[in-house]
Amino acid sequence: MSDPEESKPDTTSPGEPEESPRPATGEGEAKAEAPIEASAGEGAAAEPVETPETAEEEAAQKAAAAAAAKAKAEAAAQAKAAAEAAKPPWERDPRVPEWQEAGDDPLAAAVAAQHGDGLLAARTFAGDLALDLAPGALREVAADLKHSHGYTLLVDICGAHYPDREEGDFEVVYHLYCFEQNRRVRLRVRTDEHGEVPSVVSVWEGANWPEREAWDMFGIRFADHPDLTRILMWEGFNGHPLRKEFPVEGVDTGAAIYPEYYEEEAGPVAGTGTGWKPTPPPEPEPSEPAPADEPQEAGSADPAP
Amino acid sequence: MTESIETPTPDGETLFGLEEMELNFGPQHPATHGVLRLKLKVDGERIIGCYPIIGYLHRGTEKLFELSPFFQNIPHTDRMDYVAAATNNLAYVGAVEKLLGLVVPPRARYIRTILSELQRLSSHLLWLATHAIDIGAMTPFFYTFRERELILDLFEEYCGARLTLNCMRPGGQPYDLPVGWTDRCRELVDLFPAAIEEYGGLLTENRIWKKRTIGVGVLTAEKALAYGVTGPMLRGSGIQWDLRKAMPYEAYDEVDFDVPVFHNCDTYDRYLVRMEEMRQSTRILDQCLKQLPEGPIMGKRPRVLKAPKDSEVYHGIEGPKGEIGFYIVGDGKQQPYRCRVRPPSFYNLQVLPDMVEGLLLADLVAVIGTTDIVLGEIDR
Amino acid sequence: MPQVLIDHLLMPVLKIGVVVGMVMGVITYLVLAERKILGFIQVRVGPNRVGPWGLLQPIADVAKLLVKEDVIPRRAVKWAFVLGPCLVVAPALVIFAVVPFGPPSTVTGGEQNWFITDINVGLLFVLAFATIGVYGIILGGWASNSKFSLLGGLRSAAQMISYEVPQGFTLVVPLLMAGTMSLNGIVMAQYEQQVWFAFKFLPLGLLAFFIYLVAGIAESNRNPFDLPEAESELVAGFHTEYSGMRFALFFLGEYANMIVISAVAVTLFLGGWLPPFPNVGWLSFLGLGLPPAIAGLFWFTFKLFCFLFVYIWFRGTFPRYRFDQLMELGWKWLIPLAFANVLLTGLVKILL
Repeated sequence: MSDPEESKPDTTSPGEPEESPRPATGEGEAKAEAPIEASAGEGAAAEPVETPETAEEEAAQKAAAAAAAKAKAEAAAQAKAAAEAAKPPWERDPRVPEWQEAGDDPLAAAVAAQHGDGLLAARTFAGDLALDLAPGALREVAADLKHSHGYTLLVDICGAHYPDREEGDFEVVYHLYCFEQNRRVRLRVRTDEHGEVPSVVSVWEGANWPEREAWDMFGIRFADHPDLTRILMWEGFNGHPLRKEFPVEGVDTGAAIYPEYYEEEAGPVAGTGTGWKPTPPPEPEPSEPAPADEPQEAGSADPAP
Repeated sequence: MTESIETPTPDGETLFGLEEMELNFGPQHPATHGVLRLKLKVDGERIIGCYPIIGYLHRGTEKLFELSPFFQNIPHTDRMDYVAAATNNLAYVGAVEKLLGLVVPPRARYIRTILSELQRLSSHLLWLATHAIDIGAMTPFFYTFRERELILDLFEEYCGARLTLNCMRPGGQPYDLPVGWTDRCRELVDLFPAAIEEYGGLLTENRIWKKRTIGVGVLTAEKALAYGVTGPMLRGSGIQWDLRKAMPYEAYDEVDFDVPVFHNCDTYDRYLVRMEEMRQSTRILDQCLKQLPEGPIMGKRPRVLKAPKDSEVYHGIEGPKGEIGFYIVGDGKQQPYRCRVRPPSFYNLQVLPDMVEGLLLADLVAVIGTTDIVLGEIDR
Repeated sequence: MPQVLIDHLLMPVLKIGVVVGMVMGVITYLVLAERKILGFIQVRVGPNRVGPWGLLQPIADVAKLLVKEDVIPRRAVKWAFVLGPCLVVAPALVIFAVVPFGPPSTVTGGEQNWFITDINVGLLFVLAFATIGVYGIILGGWASNSKFSLLGGLRSAAQMISYEVPQGFTLVVPLLMAGTMSLNGIVMAQYEQQVWFAFKFLPLGLLAFFIYLVAGIAESNRNPFDLPEAESELVAGFHTEYSGMRFALFFLGEYANMIVISAVAVTLFLGGWLPPFPNVGWLSFLGLGLPPAIAGLFWFTFKLFCFLFVYIWFRGTFPRYRFDQLMELGWKWLIPLAFANVLLTGLVKILL
């Protein structure tokens, strides 16, 4: 049997406020939890035997005061907190992680010292250190992390799209891993549709494909990438599917790819079937290559009508 | 084979005007494990260039993740690496739990460990089968599938599905183990070491097998790190790193197992790593079955899973093919705002052109086999 | 009908018909046997749906292949594409003309010899016709106008020509031992010397036999030397583009080659139709008390099937060699060994 106090080991949660009652626990939530607790069965280790004693002692000390009602409420909250703490972790209310400033983290401090303005913010969430970087500083920081801080393994690169942001609606997220410290770090770089993020292929060769994927899926450009072509979608595909405005049903790509089969604007439209016309035009030119070579960047951000 | 006849004369022309041939290897080819396409440049049978083309199985899984609530996304994860659904589930629910701060009761953690080790066995068995058949040994295929069938039966008994399991939930397990399941699992664990020896007896000391795999597809540790290669391929390149040990999740810190590592960086060593991993998985299963605690299988969790506003987590676990991780961004809704999969095969495949350059066509097949790719995961 | 016509027309034609029919029958059921034996090796059942124990499976297979659409790729070279499969099958069948299935009339005292013909350069005849088969494969591979086929054809050319050398060298050994090139003469020499040539001048005979075995497997493109059609590498090698009956001909050719090589091996090294240990008196019951012709036929077939079983056994057991390793084995090991073997055998023969 495992130690019940032990939570998931890799979530090295930042603070350890095990005993403090969560301020978020309001009455409504407590009521909502009641049936779940009742149904939790015999696994609930907490018996509400001891805690009321202390609560009542405290209440007795303040009994003379007129604020008995208030004290009772306080006591109830304390009792609840104590009962909560006595329960095994999986019976307690889930503690939702929160962002915490991590400027004093040694790594963040080192990066800040070396790259100054390049580091925009350093925070942790659920134990993961996230460094927000300026695009210009990315490659230097990455190389620095790899060569002087031991973050030798590039875990992942991915893009994300935040169209509601006022500026920099694309984000590239890098996950790195350090073997010596057994720790991951996340780098985030904001850019926009026309901006460029420096490619880190020169730092990690393995960045090639994920950067291509970020280009393919989001249209994020990477400067100095050796082969920035589509990887999951086909060459000549029109649009970037993981953008938020891209419809799930797909968009008209036929006209761009099969000009001899589709009239202008006559390709498949989102959600309306394929629109494929079975009969080819009477005289297809055999010498003419069928697919359009250009991926038609201009219309790429076009959502379907 | 030698370069003498191709050596250009001082005029820059080759003696016989030899030219390289472009060979389209795949996407429909018996040895590309699905729909991998390789544009090869070959000189006779020697590969002088290799350009992988992927995406034939692209289904937009990451887009689909953004549509459905956290619960309903679990089946999508089954269909990525479809021979290792349980570990995909585990990585995903682990990330969701991290995002929401859920804690899993011990019994559920043990059940998850058992399921993912069974899945590792079944995935490695499939790898061994196809790897051997790629190199021309067809018999191990049937031996491994004999045992894989037993594992799939166990899965079926647990959750009703054999391949796309959908067998985990954020916060715990959906079902407890059926009556007698542990006994049947115990039987499997007891017979498995002998089965591994049987496969090894067919291959490990086979001279042709050794000739075909030793020194083929060398992937140095530096290359492996530079390309983000993880899992058995990294361990076959001499780096002893396993997320189960490095960042233990579920019940892995309560069981005793070794992380195999071999230092020759070739196909044979990766074969040995995976064979040893199967033995270690059997050990883990054995201990888990012995230590399996009683108790609840579902921790406390909100009725409706809502990601906190402006939240993001990354959670990676050791899948059969390497680190499978999920990066989830939440925006206060029931759906993930963005859910990125870190597919191990994607990174492992990326290094293929480096590994096969200068090898023969037959070695290419061996190297594809040893990377153990699943295109469903690469293309998503 | 005058006797001369019976002797020189009717009987040979009858014999040819019987032999070809038998070989075809053996091939179809060899396929079934292979599938059954592989099934046994691979913990499964094998075909068992068509007829009892799957006995009608070969017939179903043949019927399927006959009625399948016969596709000729548009850009293939038609005449070569059509000629290829024929060039594989025909020579393999022709070789049976010189294989003695049973004792000659001088031994049985009967009217007929148990072989179609007895050429005094039978061994050369075998070698010559065995070589033609490779043209069919190369032609088929080249004419398909497919890169995989071409690679398969090239592999096949290199492999078969390389392995013909040790095979040819090692055939000299029984030739030296027997002093004749006629296959029938070689068996008769084993009959007279009362020893199988595989066990003569030990270990020289045995070595020659093993070299022939390895080279023979390589010649017939079987595991572990099935590179020309390596499924996981070249899709199907030289017959990637073939379908229907033309594919069946390639298939037929491969199995006919297996049988031919086995038959020649049995004839040259394992005493042909002789029973085991013809020199040991108390083992003479192995003649089975049957007329020598029938016993001879039985032993010939028995040895042939043992040999074929080895082929299938190899297929179930071994991974595939790589191309350069195959060449290395052929040129660096088999050819020097075979050459030394011939020299030593000659030396021993002179000295004894």
